[in-house]
Amino acid sequence: MAFDLYVNGRQFRVDAEADTPLLWVLRDELMLTGTKYGCGQALCGACTVHADGSPIRSCQTSVADAAKMKIVTIEGVGGHAAEAVRAAWRELDVPQCGYCQSGQIMSATALLMGNPAPSDADINDAMDGNVCRCATYHRIRLGIHRAAEIMRG
Amino acid sequence: MTIQPSRRTFIKIAAGTGAGLIIGLELRVTPVQANAPFAPNPFVRIAPDNTVTVIVKHLDKGQGVASGLSTLVAEELDADWSQIRAEFAPADASKYNNLLFGPFQGTGGSTSIANSFEQYRKAGAIARAMLVAAAAAAWGVPAAEIVVAQGVLSHKSGRSGTFGEFAEKAAELDAPKDAPLKDAKDFIYIGKSFKRLDTAAKITGQPIFTQDIHLDGMVVAAIIHPPRFGAVATKVDASQAQSVKGFLDAKIIPQGVAVYATGTWPAFKAKGLVKVDWDEAKAEKRGTAELLAEYRKLARSPGLAARNEGDADAALAAAAQTVEAEFVFPYLAHAAMEPMNAVVQFDGDKVRIWTGSQLQTMDQIVAGAIFGVPPAKVDVVTRYAGGSFGRRAVPTSDYVAEAAVVAKAWGKPDPVKLVWQRENDMKAGYYRPFYVHQVAAGLDAAGNLVAWRHRIVGQSILGGTAFEKALVKDGVDPTSVEGISDTAYGIPNFRLELHSTKVGVPVLWWRSVGNTHTAYAVETVMDELAAKAGRDPVEFRLALLDQAPRHAGVLRLAAERVGWSNPSQPGTFRGVALHRSFNTYVAEVAELSLMKGGGAKVERIVCAVDCGVAVNPDIVRAQMEGGIGFGLGAALRDAITLTDGAVDQANFDSYPPLRMSDMPKVEVHIVDSRAPPTGVGEPGVPPVAPAVANAAFKATGKRILELPLGLDQIGRA
Repeated sequence: MAFDLYVNGRQFRVDAEADTPLLWVLRDELMLTGTKYGCGQALCGACTVHADGSPIRSCQTSVADAAKMKIVTIEGVGGHAAEAVRAAWRELDVPQCGYCQSGQIMSATALLMGNPAPSDADINDAMDGNVCRCATYHRIRLGIHRAAEIMRG
Repeated sequence: MTIQPSRRTFIKIAAGTGAGLIIGLELRVTPVQANAPFAPNPFVRIAPDNTVTVIVKHLDKGQGVASGLSTLVAEELDADWSQIRAEFAPADASKYNNLLFGPFQGTGGSTSIANSFEQYRKAGAIARAMLVAAAAAAWGVPAAEIVVAQGVLSHKSGRSGTFGEFAEKAAELDAPKDAPLKDAKDFIYIGKSFKRLDTAAKITGQPIFTQDIHLDGMVVAAIIHPPRFGAVATKVDASQAQSVKGFLDAKIIPQGVAVYATGTWPAFKAKGLVKVDWDEAKAEKRGTAELLAEYRKLARSPGLAARNEGDADAALAAAAQTVEAEFVFPYLAHAAMEPMNAVVQFDGDKVRIWTGSQLQTMDQIVAGAIFGVPPAKVDVVTRYAGGSFGRRAVPTSDYVAEAAVVAKAWGKPDPVKLVWQRENDMKAGYYRPFYVHQVAAGLDAAGNLVAWRHRIVGQSILGGTAFEKALVKDGVDPTSVEGISDTAYGIPNFRLELHSTKVGVPVLWWRSVGNTHTAYAVETVMDELAAKAGRDPVEFRLALLDQAPRHAGVLRLAAERVGWSNPSQPGTFRGVALHRSFNTYVAEVAELSLMKGGGAKVERIVCAVDCGVAVNPDIVRAQMEGGIGFGLGAALRDAITLTDGAVDQANFDSYPPLRMSDMPKVEVHIVDSRAPPTGVGEPGVPPVAPAVANAAFKATGKRILELPLGLDQIGRA
């Protein structure tokens, strides 16, 4: 079947089975490989993208459903919050292996878009779905607080 | 270590004589071409565009070694950090061997900085000397009058130029035999925290991982592994998979059944529809319960002596007080974020492998044997790896071998990308072994530690591998007993015994290897002994560390920084543990709080580390933070268990990883040291579980003898 996807501000027509997860359309069809496969069951958050501004797990979102939403991936995410998150991540050298970091950055950006001054409890709530086996959590938390500071200017 | 940068040395090593003793800095083995970059040795390349590329011989799986080795070159080159690039070396053990592994290219044992420290600095120093010589000749001034700083060569006459401007001229010169290294007091990068080179790529989703590779005509393969270790596929029925668009084929291979498709999703979807019959005649059918019963029985009988001093039995019999404990440590999965994968292509002559290769030389040997070509005909393109924790350094090259078999079975010259699902990764074995320890220790009437008898039961990691002959001594696998066999505590009567078991579950090193379990047993028993003796746990340990100043140093530092001598906050409980691994000394103090309604939370870890010279202190801190989180996650709730030989866990629901809300605050304090640098990838792991367990004892008065710790059960009925 053909689907019209709106990803990172551009329209794409893809030919895929309706049940194909958005993750694999992004990675294997659109070559947007920044969004990662980690578990395939929405347990790790490596595949997090924004759909109409909210974080979703692209491994559990079908291409048919995704076609109804505006999708933003790590390659396309921008704006005040995303820039602040990236600046903080650079400042603190947050990533280690880096494989989960696209998902971490997408979740952190979504958090800050809705809540410019998150508490530690807010960070736990927003980030608990994103696994980092290198355990960069300590710096992710510092990074989110730092990004909030950057956003305040 | 001697470094002789001569062509003769290089050829000698290439011919296989003297390998492992010295590394040759290859000098202009290939003729210099016009506009070619200046490559004075295999480790550095300077282009006319003024970029300096450091050729990194080790795998970067998050530990930051690409930045670390680049720091060493930048230091001696006096380069500007912004001009430095890092690139992974090709597989070639004649140039890129790990100096601590002999004639073998590989990463592991927290050796990357330790073995490269002088080699990469020397590479930078020689390149610098040649740039200086080129500038001196061009300007007609003595080389000694040329100053190099931040990537610029300059002379008091006012002339100056960049590395790039002199790259071509330098390439025409003969390399000096040697070049002096800086004195530590002159370091501009080493010991300072410079930004990692890979952060920019990792925060923008650049395609740096094996998982991200797309090649023309590439076939994607999923794999069905047998339900029990040792079973083989006998029959495959792919008729239902035919309905999946993009499905290509399913073939039986020794490792299971390969399912080929045009993309990852069709491969996964088709895999779910393929039916396989298995022959389980030779499969391992024991479950964890059966193994535990066998191990416990073995733990009560004497094993092979791994260390024996004085008379532990007699001293225990005469002791005023004794502590006895039996510990159970589960199998653990590495569960790196990027499930194992590799791309393999065979064009009929050469094999090319793309993967996060940790043992390039082994991958060459194993894949070469599969395709029937010599190892030199196997190219390995090393990619950034999405974690490893030991999983990618496999003596059998298991998943790379599997990818090679899958590509060979495909039978066409197309590149084939093998992608494991999380469930494959979780169930495929190569776990931290399951162990039982039995420990008895005794105090004299004055509360001094006088006897220690320690028995370990579990599978040998090295047994049956290519490394067994070289590393297993008198039947004792050092990786089963490290961390206790080399304990620094002064104990007059000491006996360590080992039972190496045979189980059909593949086992492997898991971040910090034997220290993952030995540190727990030693440090919790030490804590109990201190309690029995009525002494402070820090003071009790220090009294046993007369001959171990670096152990004592980190213990004192951690205690001082946490404020050990002052009581902890009401409702919080402290525990301490100390351990040396990979020649790095780490002490950690855990602070635990009890939660309303039951359960406990690790609030803070204060860590002190002595790793000699900290090449990049921020990366040292990051590795301690990460090691603490990795060790804590497993200790809190992870175990791989088997029922009738089949692995019970499959994904992150049944093998729950540490998450944000579990992560304690971490403070890392680095001992200022001029000692040669030692590794930091692993040594943060061993102390965390015993420190937390000792804090839990403070809170509950109970010792936790079986892992995972089950802190969520504390205070519940």
